[in-house]
Amino acid sequence: MNPETVIDAVSAVFMVVGALMSLGAAVGLLRFPDLMSRMHAATKPQVLGLFLLLAALGLQMRTWWVWPVLVVAWLFQLLTVPVSAHMVGRAGYRTKHLHPELLSADELEAVVQKAAQKAARQAAARHGTDDDADR
Amino acid sequence: MMQIVLTVTAVVLSLAAAGAIIRIARGPSLLDRVLAADVLLAIFGAALCIDMAANRHLNNLMLLVAISLIGFVGSVTVARFVADRRENVRES
Amino acid sequence: MNRKRISLRQELPLLVWLVFVWGALWQNFSPGNLLFGALIAVVVARVFYLPPVELGGRFNVLRAVPFAVVFLGKVVAASFQVLYLAVVRGPDVVSAIVAVPLRSHSDLLVTATGHVISLIPGSLVVEVDRSTSTLYIHGINVRNAQDAAKLRKEVRDTEAGLIRIMGTKEELSALAQEAAA
Repeated sequence: MNPETVIDAVSAVFMVVGALMSLGAAVGLLRFPDLMSRMHAATKPQVLGLFLLLAALGLQMRTWWVWPVLVVAWLFQLLTVPVSAHMVGRAGYRTKHLHPELLSADELEAVVQKAAQKAARQAAARHGTDDDADR
Repeated sequence: MMQIVLTVTAVVLSLAAAGAIIRIARGPSLLDRVLAADVLLAIFGAALCIDMAANRHLNNLMLLVAISLIGFVGSVTVARFVADRRENVRES
Repeated sequence: MNRKRISLRQELPLLVWLVFVWGALWQNFSPGNLLFGALIAVVVARVFYLPPVELGGRFNVLRAVPFAVVFLGKVVAASFQVLYLAVVRGPDVVSAIVAVPLRSHSDLLVTATGHVISLIPGSLVVEVDRSTSTLYIHGINVRNAQDAAKLRKEVRDTEAGLIRIMGTKEELSALAQEAAA
């Protein structure tokens, strides 16, 4: 076995597995019941899939100077994926995209309710004092 | 061997794209659709990557980076400005 | 201008990163190109001023390399776990939102911990409370209090690993005391 065939075989395996990761994300999107679990399916396989495909590309090119740009591309993905997932999840929680019956515990809800009550009390208090202060 | 790999990945990615499009069409809420669109962009990126690896060129590399950044900016923007416009909140 | 001056030492990681990206995008690491990239990096960092990231002042490479390897392994495990859950469990999957108080209050460590645990198996950050430095994490396949405790421990361990890499000395000694106790 010469090294060329080995490299080709490895990159072929990487490409197929990387493509399967995309399929896994799509299956997760279709089968999971609520937005939050779909987010897991949308983010995690993407990262590994791109890693494998970029590695296959680097192996196929057989030059060292493509690796830094591949690393940069993957690091960008690594930095952006959690941020966008967090933003979507946060918006999803705040706009009540949750199915409470699918959660075994929700430790955020109590905190949110307490904060909402406090804000309401403060608003009421401010409203009362404003009337006196303004005149 | 590359021909087989190309065929297999083409089939797999087409199925994945079909799944994401079904979710975009069906997705009960806006955020579901944004998420599925993000996955669809990632699938396009994967297709570009496989094309480059199979044909040994780097023409689409910058396009790949741009696609992932556009997906990021798009989903963050929508998530930032999404409002709850459904009437029955607990039903999605 | 009443901006806080940043020392060159504090700015150096950013500049090195910018020069690396420049070289990578040109796919050319010749000295002349790198020098021009460094010039542009300095101009960009001066003109498009951003508040400096408060680094802990130390970076342990010996701890960072094993952490990176374990992290890569966990990224792989995360994808296969989601794949398994999507195919086998599907609609019956049960999740939970778990509150995890962190030890550190520095922006950098909370952000890094949030990023890392968003990429390792079964957890996503839903909400961050900066005042108490608490992360609210959506864990997939968390069926009971035991699973939630496991998730909490995983997050705390991740944070401990990050503190060992780049936390401040105070955080490090607090961690050592906690481990001894």
